[in-house]
Amino acid sequence: MDGNSAIGEAAIRAGCRCYFGYPITPQNELTEYMAMHLSRKKGCAFVQAESELAAINMVYGASLVGARAMTSSSSPGISLKQEGISYLAACELPAVIVNMQRGGPGLGSISAAQSDYFQATRGGGHGDYRTIVLGPSSVQELADLTMRAFELADKYKIPVIILGDGVLGQMMEPVEFKKEAPAELPIRENSLRGATGRPSKIVKTFTSNPSELEEINWSLFRRYTLIKKQETTCETFMVDDARLVVIAFGIAARIAKGAIKTARAEGLKIGLLRPITLWPFPEEQVKEVAKTTGQFLVFEMNMGQMIEDVQLALAGQGEVAFYGRPGGVIPAPSEVARVITRLYYQKGLK
Amino acid sequence: MLIKTLIAGFGGQGVLSMGLNLAEAAMLEGKNVTYLPAYGAEVRGGTANCTVAISDDEIASPVASSPEFVVAMNQPSAVKFQHHIQSGGLFFLNSSLVEVEILRGDIEIVRVAANKIAEELGSPKAANMVMLGALTRKSGLVELASMIETLKRIMGAKKKLVDVNEKALKTGYDLF
Repeated sequence: MDGNSAIGEAAIRAGCRCYFGYPITPQNELTEYMAMHLSRKKGCAFVQAESELAAINMVYGASLVGARAMTSSSSPGISLKQEGISYLAACELPAVIVNMQRGGPGLGSISAAQSDYFQATRGGGHGDYRTIVLGPSSVQELADLTMRAFELADKYKIPVIILGDGVLGQMMEPVEFKKEAPAELPIRENSLRGATGRPSKIVKTFTSNPSELEEINWSLFRRYTLIKKQETTCETFMVDDARLVVIAFGIAARIAKGAIKTARAEGLKIGLLRPITLWPFPEEQVKEVAKTTGQFLVFEMNMGQMIEDVQLALAGQGEVAFYGRPGGVIPAPSEVARVITRLYYQKGLK
Repeated sequence: MLIKTLIAGFGGQGVLSMGLNLAEAAMLEGKNVTYLPAYGAEVRGGTANCTVAISDDEIASPVASSPEFVVAMNQPSAVKFQHHIQSGGLFFLNSSLVEVEILRGDIEIVRVAANKIAEELGSPKAANMVMLGALTRKSGLVELASMIETLKRIMGAKKKLVDVNEKALKTGYDLF
């Protein structure tokens, strides 16, 4: 199954009731899948909206009344959705937003890139907020993390972003769908479902009283701290005896893993750390690896974005090198193998 | 071992279905497999291609810079991809449509008159299956039985369609 369709199937199994989309390459198979499968399900809604802005605000509305809702797009389209994401964050509403990244800036290219890391992990829209950001690296993980995204969104009342890319969306791989959410999900307490027999509720993002807003910000940040503590995840591969550790996410991590296997076969002690949650970033895990390794290489399909989180986590410990290919270029594992091998010898690690 | 196959041709020739068939057959055999279509502003009559990676180990990248096997169903693909094939690899040419001179001496060239054979079978649209049969035999990537089973899975209840394609697949397979 292709990655985009796998997200669609996983979302339906996770109890996604509403999908709102607007076409853009390379994520159209997801919209197509939802049109085909979600629109036929009882009590579910599929709408191809008139714009990205309309789609995210439809998600806003669906989430307000308590439905599990999703939208998807690719880089330029995700920029258009930022206002709505900020509003969702302000109202403490769950939502799942898929970004199958393509090259940028501007309209960019339609090939896979990782250039929206900053936008995704820093909130993206205006205001002091965060979203949970998940970085899958295979079609199987797209499916698994989509299910996890819906659970996290509901649990923490927060928008969750799945940060994929054009290759993951387009490629086909075998995939197994693990479980299905119960047919009837519990009704969220803050959802608006009619005021019969109770006083009316108002969900809004504007307040003219700064101290009231300050308290809302504090409340959000207490939750963000909790998310950091409880939900940070990453994968490590052969880091125990590594003299050089590559840090990469998503499709880049997968390419790096292949390169590391090649280098290992030649006796080079190289490991991989792959953040799965991009926000919260696995700072503690990076620090832990830095206890035994002094040399890092951050590899991204951009000009260097996640490297800033690595440097913040390391706080001056160890040495960080960078290799990046922006614009939608997909480097081969052999190219990355050459880069890490050269660095390994340059730093006298052999 | 990791082996990558690139299949290219005109949009409408069924090059993406060839790749999909190969990928699903490999999946049936329990192998690691990725399938990546080249997408974009492709239209019927334009060029299309896809890459299938098959391996016993995890697959690092679904993209192939130097594939072991390349199938060129039309002239532009033969021109474009002849320089991408790994040394020692196999280059499958649809000799019904490809006339270009192949400059590489370090690869094996497998010529299959896919359109002509398909026409002789009475199903000109099944040229892709003739080529896929030849690819199955010469590459040894998957068993013919897995290919046939995949055909049935993809085409489902349309027995007539399965029969036509199966016949073309077997004819291509039996060429070598």
